[in-house]
Amino acid sequence: MKIDWAALGSVFGVSLAVTVALVGLFTLGIVGLSKQEQAREAQAAGGSAAALPARVGAYACFALCAGAVAYGISLIVA
Amino acid sequence: MEHITLLLGIVIVTALVFDFTNGFHDTANAMATTISTGALKPKTAVAMSAVLNLVGAFLSVEVAKTISGGIINEDGLKTEVIFAALVGAILWNLLTWLLGLPSSSSHALFGGLIGAAVMSMGWSSVNGGTVVTKVLLPAIAAPLVAGIAATLATRLTYKISSRTDEKATSKGYRAGQIASAGLVSLAHGTNDAQKTMGIITLALITGGVLNPGANPPMWVIVSAGVAIAMGTYLGGWRIIRTMGKGLTELAPPQGFAAQTSAATAILASSHIGFSLSTTQVCSGAVMGAGLGRKGGVVRWSTATRMFVAWGLTLPAAGLVGAGAELLTKQGTWGIATTAALLIGGSAVIWQLSRRQPVDHTNVTADEIGSAGADAEPAGVVTTAIAAVSPPPAGPVAAATEAIKDTAAGTAAAVDVRTTISPAPAASATAVADSARPATV
Repeated sequence: MKIDWAALGSVFGVSLAVTVALVGLFTLGIVGLSKQEQAREAQAAGGSAAALPARVGAYACFALCAGAVAYGISLIVA
Repeated sequence: MEHITLLLGIVIVTALVFDFTNGFHDTANAMATTISTGALKPKTAVAMSAVLNLVGAFLSVEVAKTISGGIINEDGLKTEVIFAALVGAILWNLLTWLLGLPSSSSHALFGGLIGAAVMSMGWSSVNGGTVVTKVLLPAIAAPLVAGIAATLATRLTYKISSRTDEKATSKGYRAGQIASAGLVSLAHGTNDAQKTMGIITLALITGGVLNPGANPPMWVIVSAGVAIAMGTYLGGWRIIRTMGKGLTELAPPQGFAAQTSAATAILASSHIGFSLSTTQVCSGAVMGAGLGRKGGVVRWSTATRMFVAWGLTLPAAGLVGAGAELLTKQGTWGIATTAALLIGGSAVIWQLSRRQPVDHTNVTADEIGSAGADAEPAGVVTTAIAAVSPPPAGPVAAATEAIKDTAAGTAAAVDVRTTISPAPAASATAVADSARPATV
């Protein structure tokens, strides 16, 4: 009986790192989008807040997540 | 020759039935949290999962080369042993579904195989060390890996989004959760439908219909994919309920964290080569997400019952598999008796389930009946809900009727038609047709 601790360890490490990174990114994206909405409302009310950076940042986060999903699909197909 | 063909036919049908129970047993893995957080409506969720399972079955051409992954010695494995193993796995799957407990379908199959192989060839046919590394250790590791990842991810996401409006973000979380759930469904279709294809192909090779090393014929791929998709679409609502509501209450951020951790752990494990059970990964992720929220509670009584079921999966399916093999060894009448017992047992379990139906209408309800689906196992069986509610329209209702009227001899053929309803029945006919040219 040989337990493949290395494989188990890397499954653990990869799962942990990727999950936390993805969930973090996605949350940043969601927060960014809701900030952008807040900013737009503030602008409409006469204030000045930058909506663009939040929006770009949010889409960048989502793009990275979409990339991860695409990589996941490629792993399934392979 | 006649005998072999009949037995082969029974094995193929039984394998497809197992595939079907596998589908509805594991719908919960992908869709339980999606349904309980309201990201998708119950029917939409199972439909999406079914389609992705079907797609998944066609995605990869690398069909499982072994059934057991080295747990038992598959050289000279007799067709009837495979049949006995499948009987054990199906009955355990149905029993855990009746009790609403998520348990691993692959472990049930391993258990059935071990029991049947021991009865057929003795203890030497089982590779004890592989049982530990492929079944016992993963059962402990899977919930820990996915659970810890889900806990940390849940904490992180609550921290980052603490200053934003909950309503504005929950829509985003739900979208993300649907994507993760889709990945889980796709991976499930690829892995588990292929397991069934592997079994059927192996049986065909053992029966001399296919040459060793041959690829599965198209009808095997199609029927395995369709069986798992139909099972998924039927939905194991009892298990969905336990996973989505019984273990813990999930808010959208938790559901997203749980599903993402499950998808990642499943893909990482299958890619790196330390295979973890999908069911155990998902259950662990749900519990981890429950613990990750401040004030989140995991219902340990339900969780304990689930752990007990995991522990029992191997021995229980093994015992049934061994008993089935003892019968099938006796010859044709033994095989017929086993088939009849399988159908009878399934019918009894289905009847019991009607006493306290859980379906897409009440899957997320807080209480079901007086005792609720979370009641102790004895409660589910003994609780007398006087009015047996009308069964859902369609194939399942017809199924019980037909099962009652079925004579043992023709049992297996009818079984697939009743349990799986029209489409696979058609493919079962295709089985007979296309198997013949192959023998020439």
